Parts: sequence; C-alpha cells; structure tokens
Amino acid sequence: MKNIWTVARKELRTYFTSPIAYVIITVFLVLVGFFFYSLIWWFNSQSMQMAQNQYYYSQLNINQQVFGPLLHNQSIILLLMLPLLTMRLFSEEKKIGTEELLYTSPISITQIILGKFLASLLVLLSMVALVGLLTTFAFVYGNPEIAPVLIGFLGLFLMGAAFLAIGIFFSSLTENQIVSAILTFGALLLFWIINWASNSAGGFWKDVLNYVSFFQHFDNMTQGILDTTDLIYYLSFAFFGLFLTHSVIQSRRWR
Amino acid sequence: MIAVERLTKKYGDLTAVRDLSFQVEKGKIWGLLGPNAAGKTTTMRILTGYLPATDGKATVGGFDIFEQPNEVKKILGYLPEVLPLYPDMTVTEYLGFIAAIKQIPAAKRKEAVARAVKSAGLETTKGRLIKNISRGFKQRVGIAQALVHDPKFLILDEPTIGLDPAQIIEIRQLIKSLRGEHTIILSTHILAEVTQTCDGVVIINEGRLMASGSLEDLTASVRKKEVAVLKIRRGLQEAAEAFRAIPGVEKVNRDDGEIRIEWKPGTDPRDEVVRLCVEKEFGLLELRPLTFNIEDLYLKIVSGGAEQ
Repeated sequence: MKNIWTVARKELRTYFTSPIAYVIITVFLVLVGFFFYSLIWWFNSQSMQMAQNQYYYSQLNINQQVFGPLLHNQSIILLLMLPLLTMRLFSEEKKIGTEELLYTSPISITQIILGKFLASLLVLLSMVALVGLLTTFAFVYGNPEIAPVLIGFLGLFLMGAAFLAIGIFFSSLTENQIVSAILTFGALLLFWIINWASNSAGGFWKDVLNYVSFFQHFDNMTQGILDTTDLIYYLSFAFFGLFLTHSVIQSRRWR
Repeated sequence: MIAVERLTKKYGDLTAVRDLSFQVEKGKIWGLLGPNAAGKTTTMRILTGYLPATDGKATVGGFDIFEQPNEVKKILGYLPEVLPLYPDMTVTEYLGFIAAIKQIPAAKRKEAVARAVKSAGLETTKGRLIKNISRGFKQRVGIAQALVHDPKFLILDEPTIGLDPAQIIEIRQLIKSLRGEHTIILSTHILAEVTQTCDGVVIINEGRLMASGSLEDLTASVRKKEVAVLKIRRGLQEAAEAFRAIPGVEKVNRDDGEIRIEWKPGTDPRDEVVRLCVEKEFGLLELRPLTFNIEDLYLKIVSGGAEQ
C-alpha cells in the first residue's frame, strides 16, 4: 500500500507541477459550466411557459431534464479528455528510460500500475467533485431529488475509472504518447457505440453487445437506477484494463 | 559476492549472452569489458532483475536473482546506460522518490538523500530541476540514485559515457572511493577505465566469456617476454648487430627508425644497451619499456584470436 501511494504521489506531482491537470480540470469545468447554464436556462424558460397548464407543469422534472443530459454531456467530454490524462503514464517511462529504474526497484509491477491508476483516479475525482460543487446551485434554487443525482455522479466516476484503466493499458503498449491517446480514444468510442450493432444482431449477441457497451450501463445510472450489474460491469472493466497492462509489461520482459 | 553461472539469454533467435560464468569478490571493483553489442548491458540487466535469463543462475550477496528478486533489488544499486531521470523533478525530489521506492523508511529518507547528495558531489545543484543541469551533473545524479539506499552491490553500465575528460576523472575517483564498502561491476568499452579503476576484469565478446581474472593475473598470463623500444641518432644497423650479442636478448628488430629489443623475463639487458650506446656514440634519444598489458589481451581477443 505504501509503495502504491509512493508511485501515486510521484504521478500526482507530475500532473500538478506541469499544466496538465490544471488545463484538463479547467477546460472540463468551463465546458460543463456552460452546459449546466444552458440546461438550467432552458428548464427555467420551460417552467415559465408550462406554468399556465397544470398538467404539463406537473410533468417537469429537473432530474430528468437537467441532470440527465448534463451527465451525458460530461461523459462525452471525459471520453475525449481522459485519454490525455493516461497517455503518458507508461509511455513516458519507457521513452525516457525510467522504466528500467522502476522494474529494478523492490516494488512489484502491480504496485506500479495501481499507483498510476490511483493518481489518475484522484484527478478524475477532483474533476467530478468540482462539477458536483457547481451543481449545488440547482439545489439552492430548486428541489431536485438528491439520490438519483448522486447515483448519476457515481456512474460518471465509475465509467471514468474504466476509461482510465483502458488508457493505462494502451499507454503500456507504446512509447509514443499520441499513439497511446488515439488508441485509447478509438477503443473507448467503439465500446461506447458498440450497442448500435445490436439492432441488426439477434438473440444472444444482441444481449452481449448491449452488455459490453458503456452506454446502456451509464444510461441506467443517470436515471438514478442503482443496479449491481452496472457496478460490476464498470469494476470488471477497470480490472480487466489493469490486468491486461500487467500482462503486457510482464510479457515484454520475458520476450 | 556476485556469482554468475552458465548464464544464457536469447532474444528470439539472437543469443545475446552464451554460457557466461564469472565471480566478483566482495569489496572489489570489476570491469565488464567488451566491444559494443558484446552482451554487457544484457548481462547487467539480468543481474539487476530487469530481464529474466533464458538459462543459468546468478546470485548477488547470496540471494538468487530469479528466486528472490526483491531481496536482491534491496541490496543492489543500478545505473542503467540511459540515465533514468525525471526531468521535471528537482535533484532532491528525485532522490527522495528513489529512496521511497527502495523501501527506505520515511524517517530515514532525508538522511539517505543527504548522504547520496554528498557522496556524488551534488550539494550545489540539489535544488535545481534535473532538466536544467549539465550532462556531467546528470551523470552524478544517476550515480547518487544508485547509492541512495546504501547498497552493498553496485552495477554501473558505462558510468563515464558522454563526459568530458575532467568529468571522467572525477567520476572515476568517485567510483574508486566506493571500493571496499561496495562490490562493484562496471561495464565499459574503454580500456583505460579498467586499468585505472578496476581490480579485475571480465572480457566478453559476442556474448561469450573470453577471459576473466584479476588484472595482475591476466597481465602476467600474456607477459611471456619483455620488450623495450630504442631510438638513436645514428648507426642503426651497427647498433642492432651489437645489441643482438648481449646475453639474454632474444630478438632485435629494426622498424621505422626504431629498434625493438625482446628479452627473456629475469634478465635485463637495458644497462648493457645504454653502455653500448654511450661507448659507440649512437646518440641515444629514447629508451622506453613496452609492457604487455590488458590492451594487448583485449585486442587479441576481439580481433578473433581468442585465448584463455
């Protein structure tokens, strides 16, 4: 555990002594802030119009009409940004030759991987937490239900964690950061939209394609549905990514 | 002690190290000498646990590198050929990180870093970012990194590569000052490095062991005769004839205005040579011994004529 934290602290220092973390967090907040503002403004104008009609007015739901789209927007931004957060984690070590140092030190490969994962996870957590802070305005001036919002943010965080694990895997494959980022982005997008193919597939494959796609699980959570299937999906996805990373590093040394 | 037994490493079809065995005694500095691509770096990478061997055995301080890699890694310091530095850290931050991953308890890290900084002569640069310091200081940071956990064993891959002559001397001094406390293997393709810093040498070529032993033993094995070279002003022909008559002299050659005299070890005809020069007025300009050394052995080996 101590070793994991040592590696994580070193990565966090790199994130926060260079502009990387600040730029990513700031751009994320600006974009999400804009979406939040637009959604609230739209919801507000809808409320004004619907106020005349009792039935329509009762149909308005801030959870569904503001938080749902907001979480979906964020997930797309994360899809674009998180590969940039993970691209250097292993590529850089390989490129500048420091991996030789890490692998000849008395710490295990698992500890190195988990340390790097933990550091990126903490940056992700700060992104999600700051957005959470931003959305408290909705609670001050409105009365959304809190539980679905929290579940939605949990879903966002877990999906981000899975993204990071995939990014770490691609980072361990190449010493070129750009290649690592593009491969990660491609893989994530593919897993995002793979359920489109389920329309043409039938029976068993339809279920499989729907299950492996990020979208379905995330959509459940944005609606405030907390299902263990979805939790297990994200956790196993993250585990799978890290496990593959371990195999890649291990096998390269034995070749 | 570092012991290597029948070590073999293959990369696919390419055999980088073949059946290599040698031993380094405690407290000594040994050089791993060979031309480029001889298998020096591969051997060192195996000893440090970075690469697994295809076959064979290696122990460092009694621990098997394949069975107990973590025990070995705790007592071993390693300077890879490519300096493993993080450019965006300061020297102190960097050494602190190394101390932590080498399992030095948090309370003792400061002390360990200060000691490494001192022994590598980094006091003036310790607060600067690594990317901003000169090549010579980077090399020192590399050495400090290998020393930070006070390892009993040090493996240094080309420790003086890319340095200017003054820096090379400094780094050699530094390495020599570690003798006794540390058992060191350093790799090099520079002969002077071995003769000036090492107690013994392992010569490899194309992954095979060509010779190994202490410097004295190896030089003694090649020194079967002694040679001196003489330069005179005049009477080359006459002088050669005269020298040939001196007892003990085995061979006299004239070569490019110089005379080369070989004689059996134990006899020394040089007094007689000088006396003759003065007597017959040859005008002696220069008389220098030509000792067979590690260089001859090395050149002989790498040029193909392997000889144990």
